[in-house]
Amino acid sequence: MSKKSLTGAEVLIKCLENKGVEYIFGYPGGAAIPIFDALYDSKIKLILTRHEQGATHMADGYARTTGKPGVVLVTSGPGATNTVTGILTSRMDSVPMIVLTGQTTTPNLGKDAFQEADVFGITAPIVKHSYLVKDQNEIATIVEESFEICNTGRPGPVVIDLPKDITSADTVMPEKITIDLPGFKKTPKANHSDIEHLAKTLKGAKKPLIVVGQGVVISRAATAIQKLAEKLNAPVTSTLLGKGGFPETHDLSVGMLGMHGTAYANRCVEHCDLIFSIGSRWDDRIRPGNAEEFCPNAKKCHIDIDPAEVNRIIKVDASVVGDAKEIVERLVPLVEPLETKEWLETVNKWKKKFPLSYKIQGGLKAQHVIEKIYELSKGNAIVTADVGQHQMWAAQFYRTAKPNRWLNSGGAGTMGFGFPAAIGAQLAEPKECVIAIVGDGGFQMTLCELSTAMLHKLPIKILIIDNKYLGMVRQWQSLFYEERLSGVDLEGNPDFVKLGESYGIKGFRIKRAADIEKVLSKALAYNEGPCIIHAEVVKEDNVFPMIPAGKSAADMIINPPKKALEKPEGST
Amino acid sequence: MDQHTISLFVNNKPGVLLRVALIFSRRAFNIESLVVSSAMDGKYSRMTITASGDSKTLEEIIKQANNLVDVIHAGEHIESESIEKELAFIKMKINATNRTEILQIVDNFKSETVDLTHESLIIQVTGKTDKLDAMIELLSHYEVIEIVRTGKVVMARGDLNT
Repeated sequence: MSKKSLTGAEVLIKCLENKGVEYIFGYPGGAAIPIFDALYDSKIKLILTRHEQGATHMADGYARTTGKPGVVLVTSGPGATNTVTGILTSRMDSVPMIVLTGQTTTPNLGKDAFQEADVFGITAPIVKHSYLVKDQNEIATIVEESFEICNTGRPGPVVIDLPKDITSADTVMPEKITIDLPGFKKTPKANHSDIEHLAKTLKGAKKPLIVVGQGVVISRAATAIQKLAEKLNAPVTSTLLGKGGFPETHDLSVGMLGMHGTAYANRCVEHCDLIFSIGSRWDDRIRPGNAEEFCPNAKKCHIDIDPAEVNRIIKVDASVVGDAKEIVERLVPLVEPLETKEWLETVNKWKKKFPLSYKIQGGLKAQHVIEKIYELSKGNAIVTADVGQHQMWAAQFYRTAKPNRWLNSGGAGTMGFGFPAAIGAQLAEPKECVIAIVGDGGFQMTLCELSTAMLHKLPIKILIIDNKYLGMVRQWQSLFYEERLSGVDLEGNPDFVKLGESYGIKGFRIKRAADIEKVLSKALAYNEGPCIIHAEVVKEDNVFPMIPAGKSAADMIINPPKKALEKPEGST
Repeated sequence: MDQHTISLFVNNKPGVLLRVALIFSRRAFNIESLVVSSAMDGKYSRMTITASGDSKTLEEIIKQANNLVDVIHAGEHIESESIEKELAFIKMKINATNRTEILQIVDNFKSETVDLTHESLIIQVTGKTDKLDAMIELLSHYEVIEIVRTGKVVMARGDLNT
């Protein structure tokens, strides 16, 4: 008996169902109609976004929350090119994502057909892998391979470009799917002698510092890291994306390091005699432009799943390639407690001497609002941030205790990420409190998704830190470019509460410090749908501490400087 | 800046060359020669790439190439452990007075004349890159019309895999 004939699109959707896909974030168009048609009969829920970029950030937020790949479905040409920013975002932060793009028919390829774009070519530099499907019989294998590739080892985005004639053509669902990826390197089992060498290198350190990065979150190594830190008596700092990889509420935590990290974390970097990165790639936000100036007197250790990251930026004394959780679990029994009493005393002194601080006087402060929402939500919310000053303040004042609950565009620094990512997170965790902390600039890049959030009655708290400026660029222009403010004034911002109202979204306003608690409490208690909390903060406030781009921890500026600063040499 | 020879064993599929080339181009690294052809098993291809640059960047390029799903393996060739060869066609404008001289050069370099007319001559030369460079330098004192070089192909010596 011959098997039931299906279209390529039907096989595609069936395969996604078999992979356990709950949601597809998408936006239709001509070339994708066969796929949307197949979705009509599927149990997979389609989240119709208002822009393709939003779809990618939602899928990204979903993936960062669950660890499962986020799936995006868009049409050809502009539909596909609108996903490029989201693909880059997920690539830079190692987030598993599958992007399905409609494409013109195969005979039309290369003919500049209507809504044709070379999506394979355009996305090639930023994908983990990609396919241009030429045979409907290969769809099932390609989906299987894509799931394997996007979420094994160091995760990343996979693009599948699907010509319309291929998704419309008849095929059958194969009985057995065998994947053939001879060049795909699976996560290597960590080499035991490397782990032993690492344990030996740690020995004798008097002033150690553990750095946890995104790799710890991805590998779910938080518990193992805590055991390691407690056994070693070593302080732990986290990168922006590593927040939650070690509880920031723990005594050994020194919070975030880097450009706008805590002063005490950066003091630790400056003075440590051993720095040990677990799942962080020594990114240029946490080290000087000249990598040789980074902790010149400290031993350096590194655990990374990607062999290409080892010794790429920082030459290390010991390294292990593999999964962070597995390695740390195997490392713990091999290490001895370190003599760090003095070091920890010094660190605690720094904590007291240089706490994160701001002045409550002189208008409504973003830091104050964020610190209060941290307290009132008991630090339990899933928090997304956009990109800019508010993001750094959120990183500083919303302490993260658990992994997968702090979602940020770190590597790409994508404005417009925060709000749609919160939609993905809320869909993944419908019962959790999700807070999107966004700036007035970034929020306006993807605010069309207010419809999406409203339609699904997602109780996201959208906290808009509105200073009517592109604050981070303004800060640089104020500090380093003689106050020559260029292109940063966001005059013309809407009244965000009224804007929300037009979508049927509940709005709250905070204009004075005295109102913060009362308003935030009300907003946090509102769960019937999304709400906007419009915090009109002081226009000109700067994020400190700050290490000027390209400089090292020793050059950190802790308090607002009184005189003009030299222009930093670093990139951005 | 040193010259490096990299050999890659890759899937024989569309787009693989693009992915490999992107690793070089994002660093503004120029590929000086590139040879791609089907391997013994037609499912795969071999690429031999020569490029100049610092060793550290090159090491990074090789590691990133190895990360590509379509790359089975990539590595640098050490000259002492591999044999290498390149082929060039050199088209010369000739006349009755210089023909003999040029043919003598052809002879000295153990190369061949593969096309000959009253006005022109095509030489086929094979050998290591520096041999080809030396011959081309000599011939440049006459009238060279065009040169086509294949780029280097290499194979690891003995039991080593290329």
